Amino acid sequence: MKPLEFYGRTFGSRLLLGTSQYPSPAVLAAAVRASEAEIVTVSLRREAARAREGQDFWRLIRDLGVNVLPNTAGCHSVKEAVTTAQMAREVFATSWIKLEVIGEADTLQPDVFGLVEAARLLAADGFEVFPYTTEDLVVAERLLEAGCKVLMPWGAPIGSGQGLNNPFGLRALRAHFPEIPLVVDAGVGLPSHAAAAMELGYDAILLNTAVAKAGDPVAMARAFGGAIAAGRTAYLAGPMPPRDMAAPSTPVLGRANLT
Amino acid sequence: MERLTHPVLVNGEPREIAAETLAEALTALGYEGAVVATALNGEFVPQRKRAATPLAEGDRIEIVAPRQGG
Repeated sequence: MKPLEFYGRTFGSRLLLGTSQYPSPAVLAAAVRASEAEIVTVSLRREAARAREGQDFWRLIRDLGVNVLPNTAGCHSVKEAVTTAQMAREVFATSWIKLEVIGEADTLQPDVFGLVEAARLLAADGFEVFPYTTEDLVVAERLLEAGCKVLMPWGAPIGSGQGLNNPFGLRALRAHFPEIPLVVDAGVGLPSHAAAAMELGYDAILLNTAVAKAGDPVAMARAFGGAIAAGRTAYLAGPMPPRDMAAPSTPVLGRANLT
Repeated sequence: MERLTHPVLVNGEPREIAAETLAEALTALGYEGAVVATALNGEFVPQRKRAATPLAEGDRIEIVAPRQGG
């Protein structure tokens, strides 16, 4: 079975987990372990000199021994996103960046024009960009031209838990870019949503709120890990095509005449 | 030479800092040893350039650290 590959590095787990909104650092750590995620997303925020909140968080993440994917969450302009990426590269010692350029406050929909521009600048500067995008095929093409080697379309608005709002669009994206690692990022609320995306042939799922805000985040992390693995296995197994009419699964031939 | 005191904005808060460079400002503010990244007036300043980055009145200094993210 071909492993998941991002920028020449391979991974066993197809779940990328966010680190925000957990009830406590201990629950976060336990959820990451239970999910078996090898990649977690992190951010940069203002640090008060003596509070050292970020220092404690960073120690916790390093102790987990996972790869970090820093984001540019909250950036609304190309300049903010590029500067944030530069700061993240230094702090986290990685050239990976989950590029978010937010264009609309209610949906947190990406500003795809700014996204392409920022991706081009960052890729030219040696970054390995994971763009948070929509399922738009033309934008996807532009992102690849800009130097992205992975695409992360949304399933639904960030934190909404709605699942896959546009399965047709996601299927079309998969069909158009069969060789590009595709990650559904954002909007996944249930393990069944994640499994559905994997059954479409998506390579991985990035989620945060669905685990962090579950009644039992550790159990939910485990559930997502299982669902994503099952969805991947199902995709590779070749799902049957749907049909409109019923077709008996039990043989018709040899049925007893009991009239 | 007497140290200059600069009125600057640190993470959005007005501060008076007795520091001539960004590196000195970080020390004066108590960030020594912390894992942080810095920006001055919206431009990233790498760690290696902080000592050679002079401060001026009204500068906007951003100091960020790792934090939870989705």
